[in-house]
Amino acid sequence: MFGVMSDSNFLVQIKGVDKMFHRGSEDISVLRDLNLNVRPGEFLALMGPSGSGKSTLLNLIGGLDQPTHGTVSIGGENVATMPSRQLAAWRARHVGFVFQLYNLLPTLTAERNVELPLLLTHLSRAERRKHVEAALGVVGLSHRTRHYTRTLSGGEQQRVGIARAIVTDPTLLLCDEPTGDLDRKAGDEILALLRALNGQGKTIIMVTHDPHASHSATRTIYLNKGQISDTMPE
Amino acid sequence: MKFLHLIWRNLMRKKLRTSLTLLSIVVAFILFGFLCAIRQALVGGVEVAGRDRLIVRDKVSIINLLPVTYKQKMERIPGVELATHQTWFGGHYQDTRNFFMQNPVEPEDFFKVHPEISLPKEQMKAWLETRTGAVVGRKSAEKYNWKIGDKVPILTPIWPHSDGDQTWTFDIVGIYDSTDKRTDTTPLFFRYDYFDETRPNWGKGQVGWYTVKIKDPSQAVKVAAAIDSEFENSPNETKTEPEGAFVQAWASQIGDITLIVEAILAAVFFTLLLVTGNAMAQAVRERTGELGVLKAIGFSNGQMLGMVLAESLLMAVLAGSLGLGLAWMMISRGDPTGGLLPMFVFPVTDLVIGFGIAALLGFASGIFPAVQAMRLRVADALRRM
Repeated sequence: MFGVMSDSNFLVQIKGVDKMFHRGSEDISVLRDLNLNVRPGEFLALMGPSGSGKSTLLNLIGGLDQPTHGTVSIGGENVATMPSRQLAAWRARHVGFVFQLYNLLPTLTAERNVELPLLLTHLSRAERRKHVEAALGVVGLSHRTRHYTRTLSGGEQQRVGIARAIVTDPTLLLCDEPTGDLDRKAGDEILALLRALNGQGKTIIMVTHDPHASHSATRTIYLNKGQISDTMPE
Repeated sequence: MKFLHLIWRNLMRKKLRTSLTLLSIVVAFILFGFLCAIRQALVGGVEVAGRDRLIVRDKVSIINLLPVTYKQKMERIPGVELATHQTWFGGHYQDTRNFFMQNPVEPEDFFKVHPEISLPKEQMKAWLETRTGAVVGRKSAEKYNWKIGDKVPILTPIWPHSDGDQTWTFDIVGIYDSTDKRTDTTPLFFRYDYFDETRPNWGKGQVGWYTVKIKDPSQAVKVAAAIDSEFENSPNETKTEPEGAFVQAWASQIGDITLIVEAILAAVFFTLLLVTGNAMAQAVRERTGELGVLKAIGFSNGQMLGMVLAESLLMAVLAGSLGLGLAWMMISRGDPTGGLLPMFVFPVTDLVIGFGIAALLGFASGIFPAVQAMRLRVADALRRM
C-alpha cells in the first residue's frame, strides 16, 4: 500500500487535468479540465466512444504519460511531476498493467513473462519463482508455466498478462480493454478473475467499450470529448 | 545476471539473422588473427631484435660478401664487445617446399651474441668436437622429426661442394630452444670452418654479414659510425645499423606491412560495424512495442539502455571470442606456407587487442539503438505493439 495519502478517502485524485497532443501545427485537446477521485478498493469502469480519451486517462494514472496541465495524484504522490527514473520505480512498485492485446514477450515462457516485474526487485531467483508460481496459481495457469505464450489461447495469454500485473502485489491495477480481444466465455472468465482480485482489495480501473464488462465494476463513469459524465453519451 | 536470460532470448529472437551476424563477426576475427600472425611473421623480428646488437653488411648489397678478417678489426673498435658472422646457405630438405634458414656460424660466439636461444652444454661440446655437426631449432626438429644423431642431407644451389655436389650432409648434435615464443626456432646452424673448407674456391674467407654485440646500447649510433668508418674506402665498404632497423628494412622490401594490415583490418571492421549496427537497429525497431511494455512495468531508461547495449556486447564478444579462438587454433598448427613464414604466431598482445576490438564493436553497434530504446516514450511504444 502507499505510505502517504493526501486524502485518506481517495487513492487516485485527478484535478484539473488537460491533455493536448500536437499533430503538426495542430493542437488536439484530448482531456479537458478533468477531475476524478477513486477510493481504495474500488473497481471503476471507464467507458466512452473511441477517441474520448479513456486510454489517455489510463496512461496518465499509470504514469505512462504526463498531463499538459493539472495534477495526477496517486496515494498522495503527484506522478505528473515525478522524474522519469523515479516514475519507473514507482510504476514497478505500485501499478500493474493489463493490456487489450496482452503485450506478452513472445520469446519468453509464461513464467518468464510473469517474472519480468520481479527482475526489478532484490528477490532471489528462488523467491521470484515462488511469487511467479503463486501469481500463475491465482489466474489458474499453474499447469502452463513452461509454455511459450504463442502456444496459449487468447484467454490464457490474458491470464498470464494479469499474473504479470499482480505478481508484485501492486495496489492499483490498470486494465485497458482486458476483454476486448476475447470471446464472451474467455472474457467472462477474465472479468470473474478481476472481480476476485477486487474482492481481495485490489483497486482496479478498467477501460472498456463493453457494457457487459462494465457490469463487473462497482462504479462506471463515462468519458465524452475529454470530459467525465455520469451517463452514457448518445 | 538476472537479466541475462531476457537478453539472450532477445538475441535469439531471429535465429537466422543472429547466426549470420555472428558468422560475419567470427570470420572477421579469424581474418584479424591471420593478418596479425602474418604481420608478426614479417615484422615480428623487430620486436625481438637485440638493442645491443648491430648488423654489419656490405654497403652496396647484402648479397655481396664481406671478408672474414673484418671480425678481428671490428672487435678492436671501442664499444664493440664481440662480433660473429653468418652466411646465407639457401638450402632445402628433401623438397624445395621444405625451405628454412641454414647458416654457417662460429658456434660459441654465435650463442654468446644471441642469448635468447640456448643449447645444452654437452650439445655445444659435441658440436665443437664434430666438424660436420649442426644444431637445429626445436620447431624444425619437431617438424621433420629429427633427433640427435640423425644425418640430415641439405641441398643448396648456392654453395656446392668443391667437387660440385650440391648436397651437404650434417650430423645433428644439438637442438636449441628459446624461452621467447616470438623467436624463430626453425633455422639450422652448422660450423663455418667446415663450410669454408668444403665450399668452392670463389667464396673462401668471406661471410654474409656480421652481428656485432656492443657494450652500451645508448652508444649504438656512435659505434655503427665507427665500424663504417673503419672500412671506408676499402673494397668492401660496410653499412652498419641496429638489428631492429635491419629487420625492419628487410620486411619493408614487401611494403609497410603494419600499414597494409591495419588498412585491411580497418576496412573489415568498418564494414562489420555497419552490418552489426544495422542488425541491432533492426532488432530494436521491430520490438518497439515490447520495449514499451518493459518500460510500463517499471524498467528505467538506464536499464533499457543497458539491456540493448548488453545484447550488442554479448553478440560481438561471443562471436569475437569464437573467431579469435578459431584463429588461435588454426595459427597454432604452424606456418601454412611450409617455411616462408617461420614466426607465424598469434601474439598474445594482438589476442588481447582482438577482445578489445570485439567489445568496442559491440558498444559502437549497440549504442545508437540503445539510446533509441532509452528515449522511447512508453505511450507511443505501446501503440506499436
